[in-house]
Amino acid sequence: MPLLKRLAPQLIALAALALLVTLVFPGFLNISVNDGRLVGPVIDVLKRVAPVALLATGMTLVIATRGIDLSVGTIMAICGAFAAWAIAGGWGLVPALLLALGAGALAGLWNGALVAVVGIQPFVATLILMTMGRGIAQLITEGRILTFTNPGFAFFGSGTFLGLPFPAWLWLATGIGAALLMRRTALGLLIEAIGINRRASALAGVNATVLLIAVYIASGLCAALAGIVVTADIRGADANNAGLWLELDAILAVVIGGNSLLGGRFSILASLLGALIIQTIDTGILLAGFPSEYNLVIKAGLVLVILILQSPRIAAEWRVWRDTRTAPQPAAGARP
Amino acid sequence: MNARALPLYATIAIFLVAYLLCWLQFPNILSTRVIGNLLTDNAYLGIVAVGMTLVILSGGIDLSVGSVIAFSGVFIAVLLRDTSLHPLVVFALLLALTTTFGAAMGFLIDRLAMPAFIVTLAGMFLARGAAYMLSIDSVPIQHPFYETLQRAYWLMPGKGRLTLIGVTMLATVLAGMILAHRTRFGTSLYALGGGEATARLMGVRQGRTTMLVYAFSGLMAGLSGIVFSVYTGSGYSLATVGTELTAIAAVVIGGTLLTGGAGYVFGTLVGVLTMGLIQTYIVFDGTLSSWWTKIVIGVLLLLFILLQNGLVKLSRSRLAGDAA
Repeated sequence: MPLLKRLAPQLIALAALALLVTLVFPGFLNISVNDGRLVGPVIDVLKRVAPVALLATGMTLVIATRGIDLSVGTIMAICGAFAAWAIAGGWGLVPALLLALGAGALAGLWNGALVAVVGIQPFVATLILMTMGRGIAQLITEGRILTFTNPGFAFFGSGTFLGLPFPAWLWLATGIGAALLMRRTALGLLIEAIGINRRASALAGVNATVLLIAVYIASGLCAALAGIVVTADIRGADANNAGLWLELDAILAVVIGGNSLLGGRFSILASLLGALIIQTIDTGILLAGFPSEYNLVIKAGLVLVILILQSPRIAAEWRVWRDTRTAPQPAAGARP
Repeated sequence: MNARALPLYATIAIFLVAYLLCWLQFPNILSTRVIGNLLTDNAYLGIVAVGMTLVILSGGIDLSVGSVIAFSGVFIAVLLRDTSLHPLVVFALLLALTTTFGAAMGFLIDRLAMPAFIVTLAGMFLARGAAYMLSIDSVPIQHPFYETLQRAYWLMPGKGRLTLIGVTMLATVLAGMILAHRTRFGTSLYALGGGEATARLMGVRQGRTTMLVYAFSGLMAGLSGIVFSVYTGSGYSLATVGTELTAIAAVVIGGTLLTGGAGYVFGTLVGVLTMGLIQTYIVFDGTLSSWWTKIVIGVLLLLFILLQNGLVKLSRSRLAGDAA
C-alpha cells in the first residue's frame, strides 16, 4: 500500500494527538446519537476543520506548482460578503451560491493571470489581493456585519446530513473528489511537472500557463466554499474577520501533510490529515482547559519542527553524519 | 538616466502629484500641522519599513514584524506595570530581545535553507503567541517618563508639531540610508539580493549577512514597538495585525524590487508618506470610507509591481541585445 505508507506519518501523528487529548480529556472520543445526529468532540472537529480543509485542498495544488496563495483568507471574506449580500437582497439560495463561487473563480483567475501570464512571483501576486481584498469585502458589506435569515443557506454552515454536519460532508467530498481527479487522470502528474520545472514541462508539451491559471482558480473556488461555510455558520458576513489568519493555517496544513513548499510531488489526502491535526490541536487545547493563547505558540513550535525535518541542508548534513559514522563499519565487519 | 532609479522617481512624482491634487481640493493640507501629523501618525510604520527594506533588498522577507510590534507594546506595558524598572532599561531589554529574535530567525533561514517567509511566519505566530501569554487585555502605560516622551515636540512655524517619534522615524530612515548605501554590509545586502550564488563567489559572507539583516529588522520592529507604545500609550496583543503587509506595500511602492537587489531606503519613506497621504485625504474628505485606503494601496502596489516587472524585462532584453 504506497498510499498508506505515504500517509503513515500524518496518521500516526493524528492518532498520537487523539490519544494525548483523550488522556487529558477522557470524553474526547465519545460519540453519541442525539436526534438522529452524531454528537461528540470528534464530530465537532470534523465540522470545524471544514474551512481549513477546503483551503488546504486548493493550497496543495498551488504549492505543488511551486506557488503560494496568500489571498485565500480574503477571498473567503469577499465570497462570504457576496453571498450574504445576495441573500439579504432576496436573490434566493442558488444565485447567491453561484455568485459566491463566481467571485472566488474570478479572484483565482486574477491571481493565476498575474502569476502565469504577467510572470510575477506567486507570493507577491497573491499579496496584492490579500491587501486589497478586505477593502473590497467591506465595500460590499458597507462596513457592517451583514446578517440574514435563510434556512437553506444556513444549512451549509450548521445543517446535518446523514447524521454528520454538512460542512464535514462538503470538505470530504471536495477533498476526495479533487484527489481522485488528480490521481485518476494525468492532471496531478502535469501539475507536479510544472512544480518541478515549469520551463521543462512547457518544452515537453504541458500547457503550463493554462494549468497554472486553472490551479489558482481551483484555489479560489475552494476559498469560496470555505467562505460560504463560515458565512452560513455565523449567519452573517464579517468582512474584517472572516478567514483572518486562515491562509496561514492552510499553508501549515499542507506543510504538515508532508508536501514540499518547493513544489513537485503532492498529496491532497495528506494535507487534509494535516488540517485535521491542526484542528485536533485547537480543539484539544480548549478541551484540556488551556487558555487559547497557547495555540499560536504551539503552532509556531510545530512549524519549526517540520521545517527542520524538511530542510534540504539539514537532510544533507544528516546524510554526511550518518555516512561518516557508518564508514568505519567495514573495518569492524572484518573482525571474525 | 539610471533605469534602476526609475521606480524611485515614479514614487516621488506620484507623491508630489497626489499632494498637489489634495492641495487643490483642500488648501489646508499644505500646513505644517498636517505634515507634522503625517510624520507622527506613520512613525511606527516608517521605522519598521526601514528594516523591511533592508531585508527585501537582501532577497528575503520578514513577516514577523507586526507581531513583534504588538509583543513590544505588551512587554513594555506589563514590565512597567509589574516592576519598578525605568522605561529606558525596559527599552534596552526589549531591543536586545527583539534583535536576538530577529537574529535567530536569520540563523534558521540560513541554516535550514528554507524560504524566509515560512520561517518568519513561524516567528509571527511565536511573537503574537508570546504577546497573548503576557496579557490578552489592553494594558495602559502610566509612567511620568512616558508623558514626557508624548509631550516632546518642536513647534514648527505654522503651529505644526514635529514630535519626538516623528523625528525618530526620520533619523531611522537616515540611519537606514547610510547603512544600505554607505557600508560594506549594505553592499553585501545588494549583492545577496541580486543573486546568492554570485554573491558567494564574490566573497560575501552569506550566513553572517543574512543573520545580521534579520537582526536589524528585529531591532527596527522593537524600536517601532516602542514608538507605537508611546503613540498609543498602551500595549495590546491584538494591535498592528497586518502591519507587515502594510510595510511590504510601503517598501514596494517606494520602488524597491521585491525580489531584492535594487531599491532605495529613501523611497520607502516616500512610500510610507504616500500611504499616509491617502489616509489623510480620506479624513479630509469625510465622506469616503476608510476601506478605500486598502483598495488604493492595493492598486498602487499592483502598478509598482507591474512597473518593476516591465523594467526587469527591459533590462534583460537589453542585456541580451548587448550580448548578441
